[in-house]
Parts: sequence; C-alpha cells; structure tokens
Amino acid sequence: MTAAIGAGEREILSAEALRVEYGQQTVLDLKHLSLGEGEMLAVLGPNGAGKTTLLRALAMLVKPTAGQVRFRGLKGKSAEKALRRRSAAVFQNPHMWGDTVAYNVGLGLRIRGMGAHDVKENVDRMCELLGLRGLEKRTVDTLSGGQAQRVALARALVLKPEVLFLDEPTANLDLPSRLALREDPERIARQRAGAVLLITHDRNEAFALADRVAVLVDGKMVQIGTPTELYENPADSYIAQVTGAELTLRGRVERIEDDTLLVDIGGVKLRTVGQAGEGTPVKVAYRPEDLVLAPADEPVGRLSTRNVFFATVTEVRQIGGLFRLRLTGPGQVDLAVVVTRSAFEELNLGEDVRVSVRIKTTALHAFPAGGEE
Amino acid sequence: MNPFSEAFELLTSGDLYVWEVILRSLRISGLALFMAVIIGLPIGAAIGLSRFRYRRSVVALMNTGLALPPVVVGLAVFLMLSRSGPLGGLELLYSPTAVILAQAVIAGPYIAAVSLAAADSVPPHLRMEARALGATPLQATLLQLREVRTALVAAVAAGFGAIISEVGAVMIVGGNILGETRVMTSAIVLETRRGNFGIAVALGVVLMLVALYVNVLLLLIGRGSVRRPLSS
Repeated sequence: MTAAIGAGEREILSAEALRVEYGQQTVLDLKHLSLGEGEMLAVLGPNGAGKTTLLRALAMLVKPTAGQVRFRGLKGKSAEKALRRRSAAVFQNPHMWGDTVAYNVGLGLRIRGMGAHDVKENVDRMCELLGLRGLEKRTVDTLSGGQAQRVALARALVLKPEVLFLDEPTANLDLPSRLALREDPERIARQRAGAVLLITHDRNEAFALADRVAVLVDGKMVQIGTPTELYENPADSYIAQVTGAELTLRGRVERIEDDTLLVDIGGVKLRTVGQAGEGTPVKVAYRPEDLVLAPADEPVGRLSTRNVFFATVTEVRQIGGLFRLRLTGPGQVDLAVVVTRSAFEELNLGEDVRVSVRIKTTALHAFPAGGEE
Repeated sequence: MNPFSEAFELLTSGDLYVWEVILRSLRISGLALFMAVIIGLPIGAAIGLSRFRYRRSVVALMNTGLALPPVVVGLAVFLMLSRSGPLGGLELLYSPTAVILAQAVIAGPYIAAVSLAAADSVPPHLRMEARALGATPLQATLLQLREVRTALVAAVAAGFGAIISEVGAVMIVGGNILGETRVMTSAIVLETRRGNFGIAVALGVVLMLVALYVNVLLLLIGRGSVRRPLSS
C-alpha cells in the first residue's frame, strides 16, 4: 500500500485515525490520509462507501467521532478557522443562493469582507473563465444544471482556495453538460487551487484526472496510490474490477478528420474521439476490456474497427477468471488488455506471443493533456 | 352632508382630529411592531433553524401564536397592568404604552410562528454550504435566513396588518382616551356610535388604504419585485 504523498509534495491536509459514526453506525474509519501541495487526490468508491462523509470530515464540516484533521500543521479550532477561509467546496447538488449569478460567484469574497469593487473585478474574471459571461445578472432559478454547476465551481475557484473539495461535481448532469464540464475540474481547478480532493464514483474520472486515487469501501480505505500503481497492483478483486477503468496513453494530435482525431502515440497512429486541436498533446483514455485481440497471423479482413496494429504480450497476470495482459506495441507503446480465461486459452496467449490488436475509435477518448507536463 | 364627501373633505383639509388619530395609530402600531419583530423574529428563526429534543412540542406551542384571540390578549394584558395585577405598580393601564404592549403581545407570537415556519423550510445542509464558503456561524445564519427573506418580510407585514386593524385589545387596555390611546379602530367605533359618520368613514378609508398598501407590498414580495428587503 502506497500511502505516502509524492516526492517534493508538502503535506497540506492530513487525517489521523479518523472515525465518523452516525448513531451506532461507523460510516468512516481511516488510519491515515494526506493531501499534498498541488496534488489532486481522487476518492473512488461505490455508493454508500462514506466518500461524502470523508470529504466533510476532511473539510472540517462534520466533527469526527475520533481522530483529527490537520491543516498545514494546525489542529483543532485554529485548523478549522484557517481551513474555512482558505478552502472551498463544490457539493454534489450545490445550492444556488437565491439571487443572481454574480451574487453567488462573489458570495465567498463578500463573506471574507472584500470590497464591492474588488468583488466585481474577481467575479467578472471568473465568469469569463468559466463561460458564464453575460449570465451575471441572471437569477439562479433560470439556470440549467450545467450552468449552475459552473456557477458553483466559479464560486469556489474565485476564492483561490489552497484546498478545493469537489464532491461528485459532474454526477447530476446530463450528458452534454457533463462533457462540457469534464475538463473544468482538471484544467481550471488544477490551475486555480492548491490541492484538490475529488470525490467520485466514476472510475474514468478518477483515473483520468487524479495524481493519486484512494479507494474507499464500507468506510475503509482499501488502497491508495497512483492510477498505475492501483492498476498494476490491485489490493483486492474489487479494486481490480474498478481499475478495469480507463488507462491513458500520451500522444499528439496529428490530424482532425470527420470529427475524429488521428493521434500519434509513439509512432502508432490511432483514431480517437475527443476535442483537441491539431498538434496539441493529449491523453488517450481506453478501457483494457475494450481491446480486442486476434492471432497475429490471421488475416484482418474487413472490420468496422478503425484501429488495428500488432503487439507482443510481455506480461500475463491472472486475476480470478480474468487475465490481464501487458502488451508492447510499435514504438514501445505499453497497453493493458483484459481477456477472459476461455479467450486466453483459445488464442494460445502467453508471454512473447504476437497478437493483432483492434480497438474501436469510439472506445478511445482523447483529452487535452493540460499544462502540467 | 353625505358621510363620504365629508370624509373626503376631512382628509384633504388636514382636519386635526382625524390626522392626529391616524398618525398616533401608525406610531403606536409601528412601535408595537418594532418590539414584536426584535423579539419574535429571532426566537422564531432560532427555533426554526435548530434541531433539539422536544422541538415538535415547542413548535406546536409556538403555532398557537397564530390563533391567539386578540381580545383575550387584551384581557390578559389588562389583568397584568391593572392595579391589583403583577405590573400594577407601573400604572400603565389606559396609557399609549399599554396599547403598544398589548399590540406587541398580539403581533410577537404571530411573527415568531410565521418566522419559525419560514426558517424551518430552509434545508439544513445550507448551513454546511455557507460554512464551506467561509462563513462564520453568524454569517451562516444570516445567509440561511436570507433564503427565506420574502417569507420573513411577509410575516412582519402581516403582523402589522393584524395590529393596525385590531380593536378589542386596544379598547380594553387603552380605554379609547382622546389624545392618548384613541387609534383609528377605536375612533371608528366611537364616532359611529356618536353618529359622526364622516369621521368614521374617513378613518375607515385610511385603514383600508393601509391594509391595501400592506397587501400590495406582500404581493410584490411574492412576485419578487421587491427584491432585497433584508440583504446587503
């Protein structure tokens, strides 16, 4: 179990022996958790795992039954007071305070006693950034779900929080709003907030966005580590299942054709869906179970699948009834594939076996890689 | 002369008696309302926003404030202030202060009960949202109440409507003394009995206008045209 924060990251928030009980029920029981400066930590887990309770306890919005949370070395009341003024949160169904968009976005600043002129300046800038320009005077009851979510994010980010708590920020959105927003927590929150704690039950979101992922089940943290660590060393079958999530490849957009992107990944040209400009670095996400393998010597024939290339199996691991393979393709591109036992046996798979790999364009999602590289 | 044209003349010519009664009425009820608000509203809001044992019983008790018969309040205040009552030594009976007290006792529980219902409708998680934005406990409370500001203003306006038009308690504790405790309602009763219909109609018209004004205000608040009565 890799619980330590990454090298060079100073600890900003930490919890020791944290326990939260509601009546007789223990909702959360954590030995240790820390959040590093500039880190995005995703907390993943099924519904009812205690994710929201964890967020509230770390944000010092609920009192733990036992244990404590430290913020920049402070504890108790002084930690709470400091955290209140230096953190922000976006809840799952964020409340829009009955007034205008501008009122909501500037509310935290006014609470902190900022003058009207400065508030307006900050609000304008943040509305611009989150695409809320022109909506400032709208009353909140006229906003769509996606717009409200943006207001909630703007309201949090305008505070330049040292810690940003995001509780399923995209959970209740319809698909178009969700796609429009998917990038915001990553691109904007990462730039604007010191550290981010992202609660989600969406494994793709967790794996695509976070530096580290913590998996919470029944109030207990079963594993924490980088997406790669979790994928390569799942602590149990639940995590193995969860980490069947998207993995990412890094590449560069070569061309845009018919609304699809042709991405160059170490020499392999893959056709993907997604939004990115030509020449921009991207992360391409895929699910290991979406890759289709065929014997290398079998003719490809006519397929609806646009992406076909050869690769060699370099590693085989059995997890329950599934086999998890590691493949090396052209240009040393590393891929992970999950196949069933029967497929594994029928194709005579094993280490050093050469296979033909097929994956549909729509199973590959390209995201702008962002400025952190 | 017909009472309506007489009433019109009394009002437009600035008749001293009529206008003195109107202004005193507004002053007495205004002061009573002020007392009722500063006591009733915080109590109602505090109970509405908090969760504690026996809360439901307390809420039920508070709600009787909505059904308090004004004339019984008048009787109770009378007994308190009468010479043999516990506050008899203050010699307040038949003074404007007695009328203000009685009206405050009528409006206070009413405003408290309506404020309680309003505060009760604030979703509890709003407090957490406010705290997460950096609000102090007091700021969080004010933000919560701001969410139901229209209902709170309606409570205050309705409380004012109730006492400005009340007559029983006013007569019992005030005694309808000219220049002291004679307000619009008690003056209407008296002038009607005396056959001074012009004066009675003039006061009645003003009373109606006040009631109309209060209701228009409520209507505007309900529509959201009066946007920020309690906010920054």
